[in-house]
Amino acid sequence: MKQWAWLTILLSVSALAEKPLKLWHAYRGGEERAIELAVKKFTAETGTQVELLSVPYDAFSSKLTSAIPHDAGPDVFIFAHERLRQFHRLKVVATTTTRVDRTKYFPSTVDALEVDGELYGYPLSLKTLALFVNTSLVTNAPTTTDELLAELARTTDATQYRYGLAYAAGDFYLHAPFVFGFGAKLFDESGRATLNTPGMAKSFGFVKSLQDRGFMPKEVSGALVKSLFNEGRAAMVISGPWFTGEIEKSVAYRIVPLPIVSETGLPLTPWLGVEAALVSSRTEQPEQAHALAKYLSLGEATALRVDPGGQIPAEIAAYERPEVQQDPIISAFRDVATRAAPTPNTLEMARVWEPMKLALRGVLQGDVLPDQAGALAERRFRALNRERPADANPLPFVLVALLAVAGLAVWQWRRRGPAQAFAKRYPEASRGLAYVAPAAIGIGVLVVIPFAVGISLAFFHHDAGDYSFVGLANFVDILTSKGYRITEPLSFWFTLAVTVAWTFINVVLHVSIGLFLAILLKDPLLKLRGFYRVVLIIPWAVPNYITALMWKGMFHQQFGAINGLLAAFGIEPVSWFTHFSTSFAANVITNTWLGFPFMMVVSLGALQSIPQDLYEAAEVDGASKWVQFRRITLPLLKPALLPSVILGSVWTFNMFNIIYLVSGGEPGGATDILVSEAYRWAFQRNEQYGFAAAYSVLIFFVLLAWTRITRRLSGPEAA
Amino acid sequence: MKRSGLTVALIHMGLVLACAASLYPVLWVVKMALSPAQSLSLSINPFPETVTFDHFRDVIFSYDSQGRWLFGRQLLASIVVSGATTLVGLSLAVTAAYALSRFRFPGKDAGMQTLLVTQMFPATLMLVPLYRLLQTLGLLDSWGGLVLVYSTSSLPFCVWMLKGYFDTIPRELEEAAVMDGATPWQVFTRVVLPLARPALAVTALFSFMTAWNEFILAATLINDAARFTLPVALQQYVGEWKTEWGHFAAGALIVSAPVMALFFALQKFLVGGLTAGAVKG
Repeated sequence: MKQWAWLTILLSVSALAEKPLKLWHAYRGGEERAIELAVKKFTAETGTQVELLSVPYDAFSSKLTSAIPHDAGPDVFIFAHERLRQFHRLKVVATTTTRVDRTKYFPSTVDALEVDGELYGYPLSLKTLALFVNTSLVTNAPTTTDELLAELARTTDATQYRYGLAYAAGDFYLHAPFVFGFGAKLFDESGRATLNTPGMAKSFGFVKSLQDRGFMPKEVSGALVKSLFNEGRAAMVISGPWFTGEIEKSVAYRIVPLPIVSETGLPLTPWLGVEAALVSSRTEQPEQAHALAKYLSLGEATALRVDPGGQIPAEIAAYERPEVQQDPIISAFRDVATRAAPTPNTLEMARVWEPMKLALRGVLQGDVLPDQAGALAERRFRALNRERPADANPLPFVLVALLAVAGLAVWQWRRRGPAQAFAKRYPEASRGLAYVAPAAIGIGVLVVIPFAVGISLAFFHHDAGDYSFVGLANFVDILTSKGYRITEPLSFWFTLAVTVAWTFINVVLHVSIGLFLAILLKDPLLKLRGFYRVVLIIPWAVPNYITALMWKGMFHQQFGAINGLLAAFGIEPVSWFTHFSTSFAANVITNTWLGFPFMMVVSLGALQSIPQDLYEAAEVDGASKWVQFRRITLPLLKPALLPSVILGSVWTFNMFNIIYLVSGGEPGGATDILVSEAYRWAFQRNEQYGFAAAYSVLIFFVLLAWTRITRRLSGPEAA
Repeated sequence: MKRSGLTVALIHMGLVLACAASLYPVLWVVKMALSPAQSLSLSINPFPETVTFDHFRDVIFSYDSQGRWLFGRQLLASIVVSGATTLVGLSLAVTAAYALSRFRFPGKDAGMQTLLVTQMFPATLMLVPLYRLLQTLGLLDSWGGLVLVYSTSSLPFCVWMLKGYFDTIPRELEEAAVMDGATPWQVFTRVVLPLARPALAVTALFSFMTAWNEFILAATLINDAARFTLPVALQQYVGEWKTEWGHFAAGALIVSAPVMALFFALQKFLVGGLTAGAVKG
């Protein structure tokens, strides 16, 4: 019967169905294989063709929100439920309220997909946190925090770099269980965030004491957790299902739920993340799309999700399967999952991450006392969540803009003056314009139009797809640093000062190192000159996002190469990203490494253009090397170096990749520069595009002023 | 000029130190790529203890479910997109820069200013309007769209550089060619362009690098894994929950290799090409 129903549907829409369904995901490895197999089965059973696309995780969300509203997106996509509210507000997901059989899935996984009483998507798998216990080090897994503390004291030996516990403590996702375990709530009855509570302070205090007593290492990253656990140097680890793939076969371990807090009697309750197959609201083939999404969440597809996917399925029936029952990991996670609570999919929740991370890192690094951290988080939360400014009347702005354009045109016209005829003044105008036209059209369409749109965005407030005209409110808020002190990292003026310092220091280092090396390399008779030049250019040839990730690893506190080198000279290891000065220095070192070759090459060229006889004449006159450098080299270098310095300063001013990937703004956003701050407002703080655009316009004016100044300095010919 | 042995020794010492500093991080990536582990390498020694080519094999021999050789196709995509970007970018830049250097025409100063100004607006914020625009032009999900965006975004730098270089080429040469009966186009292609070879090489390298290294736009605009460019594939090794460092490092070396090769091939032009324009000042 069911088959027939399918056939009629297929036949009735066969004209449309010729187009394959598009399914987008961010899976890799086993998970990707699992979805490919499931889709193959779906096609075999229904005849509907499916095109799969695996998108890099970093680009996935922005790709979806760009593509779907423009009808260029997928029919079905797989995403975690935390972003559901945003997808819902952008109207890119279709409801599944009447299509989902709630009894087939764990209730909490269906709850997670609810927005304003409607369901969206089909739950596929879940992710949550558990305690991984190395059974050769800990025989009885702790069930309370008192037992945990006793085990930690027993298994920790700081002198041997052995720890009782390791987890990415600076990540709020991993801290959340402690928040709930100590009885704190993130939101009050009305859904407002309440971050400054006694329970919150206790949770911070507890974790801080674990670190202070040496039970767990400082500045833990995922990579470190993995290597510590695999080497038997961490007895216990808090992590999720993805960690099972990282554990080496030789390590015997068990997975148990997180312990109960002895003080409150409440369990450390981790968040439950639900991965769902979401149907696009713009799909042209809704029936097939829903059929595919549903198929992926049940039966055979779930079995594949377990093996080879290695995921924890949301379907209840999956746990009846013998192969699942025999899998100790998956059955363990089933227990864990029943104690977890879905991460709220509210917009408020999306806004809590950054303030909580700030507070948590502050506590762990010893800059903030545990009982003051909540207040810090709450203050940052308010600052980030700008109220929508009052609507403004666009008419005056349009008039001003029109007047400005008209004024400019008149001014140009009058400046040209009637004295000369056009043809006489510009005898080659037609040829010149013809030569310029292709480039001008290209730049006009693809650079100037988006640029103009970007600028006009700055006068709007963006909220989930709705733009409202707010006049200059964004600029006023930025320039008066509304909601926070001018000396806080969030303030425009603070960030501007950091950016200027960043640019200045970098350019000075680039030029001085580049020039110095160029002088060393200048002598054409120098042996190995070609070799040196080739090696010294390498940093320039490496793509800068690779450079950034590479240096980020080298600056790791415990295991990075830089601290290793320092230790070789008997210097204490530096915790690079916990203080402003060292974090800033780490950024500068990285950027200097990648930037000096450009200036070296420019300087080499400039040096070669200085006539050698000038030096010979100076030699004859008895001038010292230093005098020669100051009186001949520097003055003659200036015109050659200046344009490169201007260009270099503009590039450095907007050097997003290094800041974002190396320090990531740590500590607490203090090392962010203006571009990375604008990026955060646009993409990490609820898509406040208008505010971000206002930031960009300000960046633009700062740079414009800078190039005007340098033009003055360099005289009329250059720039 | 004679230098004492001590000075030469000091010069060599300084250069060797600088070379060590620029090689060390790269060796680290090489080590990660050649070590069997998928994790970050956590020691000072930049040389691998055990060598395996597994990561390179995994990266190069990657197939999708339809049996398409992903790496090969993505390499092709990168080559086509970067090559086309270089061609388009260079031909647009050369003509525009020549006109800006030689002819007087209305809007010239404003044009030069606009070029510089567009460099100052952060690119990340242009994504939203750009997407809309490419859709209007019907260039979504196509290499053509990528090529256009890349070549126009590298244009300002290229035009600036080339204009500076053209300014240094004496007009007398062109005038002589005109005397000999050359058309303006012949003057441009037979006289000016061959003289500007170093600057052309540098501009080409720059356009090529812009296209070769970019991944955000490529990942956003292209909807088929077999037509992604290599940096997008590389980015896929950096996951939400874990990063496959071994694969990433191997991929990073493969992605960087052609750029390095170009640098080395063009390095004799680099010095002249980058500065000659400015030297005249």
